[in-house]
Amino acid sequence: MLAKYRIILPVVSLAVLLAATFYMQPRAMSYFGLNLLFNLAVPIALATIAQMMIIMVNDIDLSLGAFVSLAACITATYLNDTPMLGLLILLALVASYALMGAVIHRLDLPAIVVTLGMSFVWGGLALFILPTPGGSAPGWIRTLMTVKPPLVPMAVVAAVLIAFVTHMLVIRSRLGTVLRGVGGNARSITRAGWNVTALKAMAYGLAGLFGVLAGMALVGLTTSADANIALRYTLLSIAGVILGGGEFTGGKVSPVGAVIGALTLTLAASFLSFLRLSPDWQIGAQGAILILVLTARLLFSRKGAAE
Amino acid sequence: MNLTMKPWVWAWAAAALVFSATLMLTSGRGASELAYAALSFGAFAAIVGMGQMLVITLGPGNVDLSIPATMTLAGTLALKIMGSEPGTAWLGLIVALAVGLAVGCANFALIWLLRLPPIIATLAASLVYQSVAIWSNRGLRVKPPEGLADFATGRMLGVPNVAWVAFALAVAVWVMLERAVWGRYLLAAGQNLRAARLAGVPVQAVRAAAYIAVAVFAALAGFLLSSFSGGAALNMGAEYLLMSIAVVVIGGTSIAGGNSNVPGVIGASLFMFLVVSMLNSYGAGAGVKSVLTGAIIIAIVIAASTRKTRS
Repeated sequence: MLAKYRIILPVVSLAVLLAATFYMQPRAMSYFGLNLLFNLAVPIALATIAQMMIIMVNDIDLSLGAFVSLAACITATYLNDTPMLGLLILLALVASYALMGAVIHRLDLPAIVVTLGMSFVWGGLALFILPTPGGSAPGWIRTLMTVKPPLVPMAVVAAVLIAFVTHMLVIRSRLGTVLRGVGGNARSITRAGWNVTALKAMAYGLAGLFGVLAGMALVGLTTSADANIALRYTLLSIAGVILGGGEFTGGKVSPVGAVIGALTLTLAASFLSFLRLSPDWQIGAQGAILILVLTARLLFSRKGAAE
Repeated sequence: MNLTMKPWVWAWAAAALVFSATLMLTSGRGASELAYAALSFGAFAAIVGMGQMLVITLGPGNVDLSIPATMTLAGTLALKIMGSEPGTAWLGLIVALAVGLAVGCANFALIWLLRLPPIIATLAASLVYQSVAIWSNRGLRVKPPEGLADFATGRMLGVPNVAWVAFALAVAVWVMLERAVWGRYLLAAGQNLRAARLAGVPVQAVRAAAYIAVAVFAALAGFLLSSFSGGAALNMGAEYLLMSIAVVVIGGTSIAGGNSNVPGVIGASLFMFLVVSMLNSYGAGAGVKSVLTGAIIIAIVIAASTRKTRS
């Protein structure tokens, strides 16, 4: 897929889905309606960006859902009760993600298995902190997540902001270019004098940072947490990256696309509830939409015939 | 090649170690109960693990994430059609295997015809299978026919029947991999797809067979598990997704593909169940248990990788 067309597909799918939603439910075409439609998009977008950081360096993170749940549990307990301690724990989580990246590269371990193991660790820690659902969101996060800016709802503003910041970081900055290079050809990055272990630690650290932010944003919306709150984010985030035009190998990712992919996934859920589909088929229809959108990739793929 | 170099030895040694550590705590009591439980639950993990192993052998990016949904769908449909009527066990088995066949064909169609990455194709398709299972089940809990339930929980020569099924399947898979040309094709495709195709290996047929095999194995496991536990539940496959990948890797199969290991998968399945029951008998809480399970998986992966670099 050519780089400059990479962004077309996610934009078109979001536009089509949005148009279909407005057609089904014209009243959604308002400030309040958009707010409802995209309400849960912010944490999913942050988690998708986190997954993208990992996919950017040719790895895949199967622990992200458990990690976001853990961050949510810490936010709803320690960060609320003893903010300094909570902040330290969250920073330690980011650091442990960076360490995981360094170990994976140094020992040449398969990321899919290490993150699989780590998902048990994060999930266990989350259960340890919050054996039963509970806790409460720190006031300032709650305020931040429910703020009502003029003209466009908070979720849309936040999505644009996330897309802009990560685009500058991943596509425009020097560091981002080298990081994508690690996914493209790690050997030539080494030859060019970079320390690939440090770069992988950096990519994983960024993923940890965005994962923690996703957990905090989620608690801001739900006001309480439980140990399984975000488990489905693992699969949602992978789907979001791919919907956004990213590829599993070669450092070919698009932060703007990933955010749009996350919005599309969120919207698909809202759209299906407007369709008055039987609850039995809600999940299946999400899968069908996912397959449909990904099939459209064929139209854009030039190398397809050569495979 | 001496014995300690074979990757599967480590999985079996670890399983034996954990078994004796658990018995040490109970000072030898409950050995046969523990062995029975480990062999039964290990059998389910081994069946789905062997399927996942075939797919992982195809090389990086190949993995089946629809295993839990396939297990649930096969279990619910089979039990619904049998409707607890006696003498319908074979009918149920055929339904379950047909579900597996259909799922496998559907998965591979998405991967081959639509060129979706396998991870995302099986993930998206699993959502559809899950919906079909929810729709067909409607929250009912149909009991398996009595004869079938007796078979699934019974034992022969002291070994649980489900373990015999897993063992027979393991022998079949081992023969296919090590003694049949199809296995050579699979390994060749996993080591270098392009080279294998140029050498005349029918790579798409090999890939199709692997994806169909994993779905059929998952369906069989779902059928046996729902007969074993007195009915199908919508979340009954959930833990087998991570489990199937974990047992493949712990068992010494290379995640990079092109290398399978049947005995290792079985050893690792026993090991995974024994670890959980050891932690249970030491009275660990759910959180601690999960953390330790994860730490053990990572420790084994690290140990396996350093052994590889030394040799």
